[in-house]
Amino acid sequence: MSQLFRGLTQSRFGRQDASLVTRRQALRLAGLSAAGLALAACGVQGQKAAPPRQSEMEKFWAGKQKNGKVVFANWPEYMPEGRDPLKTFQQETGIAWEYKEVIQDNADFFGKSEPQLRAGQPLGYDIVVMTNGIHFTKMQQLGYLIPLDHAQLPNFAANAGTKFKNPSYDANNTYSIPFQAGITGIAVNTEFVKEKITSIQSLWDPKYKGKVGMMSDTQEIANFAMFALGIDPDKSTLPDWEKAGAKLKEQREAGIVRKYYDQSYIDAVARGDIWLSMAWSGDVFQRQLAGEPVEFVVPQEGGTIWVDSMMIPKGAANPVDALALMDYLYKPDTAAQLAEFIQYVTPVPAVKDVLSAKVGSLSGEDKKAMELMVSSSAIFPSDADYARLRSYKTLSNAEEQSFQNIFQPITQG
Amino acid sequence: MTTVARKAGTGRGRLGDRLLHAYTWLIIVWLSTPIAVMILFGFNDRKSRSNTSWQGFTLEWYRRLFEIDGLTQALINSLLIAVAATVLTTVIGTLLGLALGRYRFRGRGISNFLIFTAISTPELVMGASLLSLFVSGNLQRGHATIVIAHVLFALAFVTVTVRARVVGLDPSLEEAARDLGASTWDTFRLVTLPAIMPGVVAGGLLAFALSIDDYVVTSFVNGSTSTFPLWIVGSVKVGIPPQVNVMGTLIFALGAALAIVNAVASRRKA
Amino acid sequence: MRRVRAALAPYLLALPGGLWLAVFLVVPIATMASVALQTGNLMDGFSQTFNIAIFGEVFAQYHTQFLRSIVYGGIATVIMLVVAYPMAYWIAFKAGRRKSVYLFLILLPFFVSFVLRTISWGFLLADDGIVLAPLRDLGLIPDDFHILATTTAVIGGLVYNFLPFMVLPIYVALERVDPRVIEAAQDLYAGRFQAFVRVVLPLSLPGVFAGVLMTFIPATSDPVNAQILGGTSNTMIGNIIYTEYLVNNDYPAASALSFMLMAVLLIGIFVYARALGTENVMEAAAR
Repeated sequence: MSQLFRGLTQSRFGRQDASLVTRRQALRLAGLSAAGLALAACGVQGQKAAPPRQSEMEKFWAGKQKNGKVVFANWPEYMPEGRDPLKTFQQETGIAWEYKEVIQDNADFFGKSEPQLRAGQPLGYDIVVMTNGIHFTKMQQLGYLIPLDHAQLPNFAANAGTKFKNPSYDANNTYSIPFQAGITGIAVNTEFVKEKITSIQSLWDPKYKGKVGMMSDTQEIANFAMFALGIDPDKSTLPDWEKAGAKLKEQREAGIVRKYYDQSYIDAVARGDIWLSMAWSGDVFQRQLAGEPVEFVVPQEGGTIWVDSMMIPKGAANPVDALALMDYLYKPDTAAQLAEFIQYVTPVPAVKDVLSAKVGSLSGEDKKAMELMVSSSAIFPSDADYARLRSYKTLSNAEEQSFQNIFQPITQG
Repeated sequence: MTTVARKAGTGRGRLGDRLLHAYTWLIIVWLSTPIAVMILFGFNDRKSRSNTSWQGFTLEWYRRLFEIDGLTQALINSLLIAVAATVLTTVIGTLLGLALGRYRFRGRGISNFLIFTAISTPELVMGASLLSLFVSGNLQRGHATIVIAHVLFALAFVTVTVRARVVGLDPSLEEAARDLGASTWDTFRLVTLPAIMPGVVAGGLLAFALSIDDYVVTSFVNGSTSTFPLWIVGSVKVGIPPQVNVMGTLIFALGAALAIVNAVASRRKA
Repeated sequence: MRRVRAALAPYLLALPGGLWLAVFLVVPIATMASVALQTGNLMDGFSQTFNIAIFGEVFAQYHTQFLRSIVYGGIATVIMLVVAYPMAYWIAFKAGRRKSVYLFLILLPFFVSFVLRTISWGFLLADDGIVLAPLRDLGLIPDDFHILATTTAVIGGLVYNFLPFMVLPIYVALERVDPRVIEAAQDLYAGRFQAFVRVVLPLSLPGVFAGVLMTFIPATSDPVNAQILGGTSNTMIGNIIYTEYLVNNDYPAASALSFMLMAVLLIGIFVYARALGTENVMEAAAR
């Protein structure tokens, strides 16, 4: 109750937001009726940025000081409810934090940030979290991100897993370091599927007609079709995509796919509406923990690893503090706190040891859950699993168009 | 009920009325069906972060209701915004509805056209273009901009509802009141407003429902302010916590309690 | 003096709403029209080329989803009208002093977020859920029968989500009809049905018009129900606009599609108003 009361008296989201539109702002807005039209007529300037040179990075960070404050924008339920990792961060570094759960969707977030960044206005966040993929690439290419100074990221250098360094979507981690990752594989409802699923071809098996769920995200389905065809997505080109498109079309027209799902696939597969589905590791793990009859499989032909990464948007007011926090989350103990709460894939392998050590101190249900977690390949993939994992193909602007022209008609027919 | 029965007249009419009464409740129950599931899962003793299969009964989530700061704040934001947007929209929309339903004036055609346009603008377009308007005006995004947007899309609904009431209202009553010496304000307050009140109430309810449930437009103009629907959509990624169900339950229960109080009060007034 | 004030009255009443719409709606719509005619892409920028051809291009590409949306919206609206009218009628004439309580109850489920309602429906209507499983066990439905991921589900979802927007305006129009008028009509025409058709129905037409306006348009452009409840071939134009705008960042295509959708809907509404004579009813009543 006291928390509610505090919430009412001192808005965590700042006074500024709550204050009414000031008169000056109102006047400025009124003048816009005309200005807006003029602006609309002249179009949007191109923003394409050249890749940063080392000197640019150094120039940006030269003379930047710690301000004792950082604003972190993240997805809901991505930080333990008591915000313990942030509290200890403040105790150890003296940097005060604001944590905002304002990102719900990559496309949405990009769509609403883009006009502000284009206008050169700060978003008001020092760290944002986005998934690698089309919109993350656009952020890079449009020059909306600040290149990271890795001299200030010692924990990342020491503790991040090799799979999370120098990823294909962001060479040398120039702009981003991972927050959490996840794997796209196959969820199997074990109540209805009695055979052992190991191959991605099962998603094309007529035996499962109408009982297969595919994802609506074009990058996800493209990868799966390419795995099925034995194509490495990283090296794929237009002809590969056309083959992949045909493969997916065949699956759709044979009536094998019930629906192209957003995240609701997990409810559908756990309930038995569908028996096999493309799935995210963390989702399936949650359901297993709840005792539901689902299993996660990384197909032998390959699976996709996606990464929710932390980055510093252009115009961030406290970049040095942002780096400090990003790096702090790579301390094994802190990373373990996050992993234990989020239950996706952590970029810090040492977390497994931290959590394994914890098993002994627990009892009953908690102990069982922790054991399941430590032994789960959905949370700690084996080296063999990692060897089969690929990222989404990083698409240039021209590629993106032909890519979408092939795959969007499949999910949106 | 007795007066209604008398008015209905014939026996067949009374049967018809009873059937319609049952039918009305049937639809209300249908509309409320998913709420039952929502309430149930607020008591679910979930073993993992997913809250979709029944695991046992617990009151824990009621005890820990305000434990998630971001969620609590989002709900508070939503309620504040919905109240502000409802009040503003109802006032502005009622006036506009009156003007459009009652008077023929220059600009009436264009106003009607704007109302239709407001309803037919896809939410996404409304959100995106409002954002570019706010950005080019360098207007800080937050509660105020969300209220502006909500008033914009709810305004048409209130106006159309009120206009449906005003059209065909007998103007002679107002004339009579004025002839008897009532001021313009008194005429409005004592004659016009009571006559259009059902339309105003219905419009206000629509505005509240539209505001508190909006996702698309809000996601563009919210800045760093979160609202209840926004927070829930984002939390789907890792699992919606049961506290969300509990908050939904409490909103529903509060509404139901208000309805009961209102029903009792209206009986007593008679 | 009073006459001057009376002449000014409609302008004063319309002023706040009109201003609101002028500032926050007209500017965005004009912006959208301008963006629709630009060419380019996000990386290289967009420039104004008055590219009228885009309307033909996007229609050629997406006419299936376009027509599908109008059909779904139309069917849903007709169902809503049929379902809502008897209910609005009963509340208006027979609910006594509890009218507003009933209205409130109709809207109450919409005060909790659509996400929760959707998840709940998914739970209830699952293939092996508490509704379908018993029916299947009784042999009343075939083994592979399902509701989710079908056209029926999408239209059902539209009806469910927009029904209150049909009930309320019809109620509001009916409620002002004096029950004594109906009684008199029943005496005159000697029948409830005749009285209804000749007296009540015409008086309720402004409400029906408002209801259709407030349901058909949003239902046709709605992206949510198709996404959540549809199968592989139920994508509606709202989903396409969403994809073009947020995923592809093809602002001109998204704007052109939106503009076409709005134009079609507005024209539809005006034709409907003429055909039904609703405007005439309103005009006559307003006089």
